Amino acid sequence: MKKLLSVLLVALLVAGLMTSALAGAADGKKIALVGKSAGNAFFEVAANGFKAAGEAEGAKVDVVYPEDATADAQIKVLDNLISQQPDAICISANDVNALQAKLEEAMDAGIKVSAFDSAPNPASRQVFINQVTNDGVALGLMDAVYDIAGGEGKWAILSATSQAANQNAWIDAMKALMEADEKYAKLELVEVAYGDDEPQKSTDQTQALLDNYPDLKVICAPTTVGIMAAAKLVQDTEGCAVKVTGLGMPSEMLAYTGADDAHSCPYFFLWSMPDLGKMAAYTTIALINGDITGAEGETFTAGDLGEYTITKADDGGTQVILGPLFKFDESNVEEFAKLY
Amino acid sequence: MKLKKLTGSREFLLFIIVIAMFAIVSIINPAFFSFKAVTDMLRNNAVTLVMALGMLGVMLVGGIDISITSTLALSGMAIGMLLKYGHISSTLVAFLITMGIGTACGALVGLLISRAGVPPIIASMGFMYIYRAMGYLISNGGEWASAAALGDFKNFGTEKLLGLSKVIWVIIVCYIVFFIVMKWTRIGRQIYAVGSNAEAAEVSGIKVKNIKLLVHTVMGFLAGLSGAIQVAVYASAMPNMAQGGEMDVIAACVIGGVSMSGGRGSVIGALLGALIMAMIPKALPLLHIDALWQNMIKGVMILAVVVINVILQRVANRNALARREM
Repeated sequence: MKKLLSVLLVALLVAGLMTSALAGAADGKKIALVGKSAGNAFFEVAANGFKAAGEAEGAKVDVVYPEDATADAQIKVLDNLISQQPDAICISANDVNALQAKLEEAMDAGIKVSAFDSAPNPASRQVFINQVTNDGVALGLMDAVYDIAGGEGKWAILSATSQAANQNAWIDAMKALMEADEKYAKLELVEVAYGDDEPQKSTDQTQALLDNYPDLKVICAPTTVGIMAAAKLVQDTEGCAVKVTGLGMPSEMLAYTGADDAHSCPYFFLWSMPDLGKMAAYTTIALINGDITGAEGETFTAGDLGEYTITKADDGGTQVILGPLFKFDESNVEEFAKLY
Repeated sequence: MKLKKLTGSREFLLFIIVIAMFAIVSIINPAFFSFKAVTDMLRNNAVTLVMALGMLGVMLVGGIDISITSTLALSGMAIGMLLKYGHISSTLVAFLITMGIGTACGALVGLLISRAGVPPIIASMGFMYIYRAMGYLISNGGEWASAAALGDFKNFGTEKLLGLSKVIWVIIVCYIVFFIVMKWTRIGRQIYAVGSNAEAAEVSGIKVKNIKLLVHTVMGFLAGLSGAIQVAVYASAMPNMAQGGEMDVIAACVIGGVSMSGGRGSVIGALLGALIMAMIPKALPLLHIDALWQNMIKGVMILAVVVINVILQRVANRNALARREM
C-alpha cells in the first residue's frame, strides 16, 4: 500500500513537473494575432493582453491588422501569413464564412488556428475563445437586478433595437431564468423598452419608464448606449431612487458608477478584455504544444486564469468560455476606464 | 378682422394641434403636465429644434440639406476628442470650435450647390457621407468621449440660468434671432423672394447664389452648434450620433408648413413642427404602445398632421377667396 502510494506520488510529481515545463514551453514559437481592423481601442486592449501573456511564455507574438474591416482584407493578410509559416494564427473574423478556404489552407499547412472576439464558422477554426455565454450574461444580470432591487419589486429592461440579435438572446435567456428559478419569483419585469442605441431615444424611453412606473426599482440595460443614457438621466433626476445596471464600458460609465445615492449605477458588467486576450494566448499555446486539439471535453490550464474545459459552441463548433461576466464597481471602474 | 386672420393662418391650426396633443398626453399620464417634464422634453429635442431653423432657411430657397447630422457628429466628435485628450477645457472654446467647423461644413455644401449647380439633395448626400466618415476618422475609428472624459463641458447640459436650462436659453435665442431676421430684415425678405421666384429675384437685383450660399452656411453653423448641444446634453460624443436625425428635422419643417418647393414657411411654423416631432416619441411610450408599432405610428402621425394641415389650409384659402369675390 505504502509502495503504491509512493509510486502514485512520484507519478504525480513527474506529471506536475511536465505540465509546468510545458506551460512555459512556448519558447521561440511564432503566433500571429489577426485583428478586424486597425484603430479599435477595445480590441487593442485584448491584443495587448494576448501579447503580454504570449511573450511571458516565450512566444513571439505579431499583431497584424488588415487594411480595412472586411473579409477580403483579412484574406490578404492570411495569404501573407501562411507563406511565413507561424506556429499558430489567432483571428477575430470579419466574416463568418468567407475566411473558411484560407483558414483551412492554413490548418492544412500545419498552422494551428484559434479565434476570439468574433468567430469564423466551425470548419474555419480549431477552437473559439468565447467571452461569455448567453446564459452567463443572463445569470449575471438577473443576480444584479435581484441584489439591487433587494429581492423583490418592479424592474424594466432598456435594450437596443427590437431586432438586435445579441440583446434579444440575452433578454430571452433572462426571461427563461426568471421562469425556471423560484429565487426571482418576486421580481416583476414590467417592460422591455427599446432605445435603438440612440441617446435621444434611450433618454425618452427611460423617462417614460420612470413616469409610467413610479415604484420602479431597477433598469437593466444590456447595451452600452442604453446603460449610459439611462444612468445619466436617472443621475440627473433629483430624488430618483431607481438604480441602473447592465452591460457597459468602464470609460463611459465612470461618472455614474458608485455605491452612494449620488451615483445611479452601483455596478455593471462586461467582460475583461485583458483577460480575454490572455485566455486566447494560453489557448493558442495549448494548441501549439498539442495539449489540446480543440475537441470537446479536453482540458488545459490557462496560466493564472485557471483550468478550462472545451465545450460545444452554439454554432456546432467548439469553444472555451472565459467565464462569468466581469463586474465593474467603484473599486475598479477607474482603473479599467483607462483601458476601455 | 384680426381674429379672422389669426384663426385662418396655418400656424394657428398647428398651435391647436400642439395644445391638443399636450392635453391628451397629460390626461393619460399626468406626469407630463409639469414644468420639468416640458423643459426636459425641450432639452432632449434641442438639436431638432435648433436645426429646424436652419432647415427652414434652406427649404425656403427650395433646397434641402441631409448632411446636417453628419456635420453635427463631426463637430461634436471634434470637441469630444479635444476635451478627452486635454487639448481644450473651456466650454466657450468648445462651442466656438463646433460652430466654426459647422460653418465651414455648411459653406462647402452651399458652394457646391450655388456655384457648381449641383442639386441640393445630391450635394448634401455626398457631404453626408464625407462628414460622417470624417467623424469616424477623428474618433480613431469609433472611440467615444463620455461623461468622465468631457470634464466641465458636460455641465452645460444640466446647468441653469435664471431658473431655465442653459440649453433652452440657446434655443430661445436662436428662435428670437431668426424670427427678427426672417420678418423684419432685408436678408429675410430676400430669402423668401429667392424661394418664390428665383429668376424674378435675380432680375430685381438679389444675388441668388449668395443667398443660397448663406442659408447653407447658416444651416452648417446651427448643425455645428447642435453638435456641442448634443455632446453636452447626453454627456457623450460618438461618431454615429444623431444618424438619421436629419429626417426628423425635415419632418418638423414639413409639419410646420414649410413648402418643399420653397417660398413658404415661417419661424413659428418650424417651431410648432419641431414641438410636434418632440411630442410624438414622448407620447408613444407613455401610451404603452408596443415598441415595434412606435415607428409605424410615428410615420402615420407625421402624415396625418401634414394632411390635416393641408386640408384645413385649403378650406381657409377657399373661404378667403369667397370673401374676396363677394
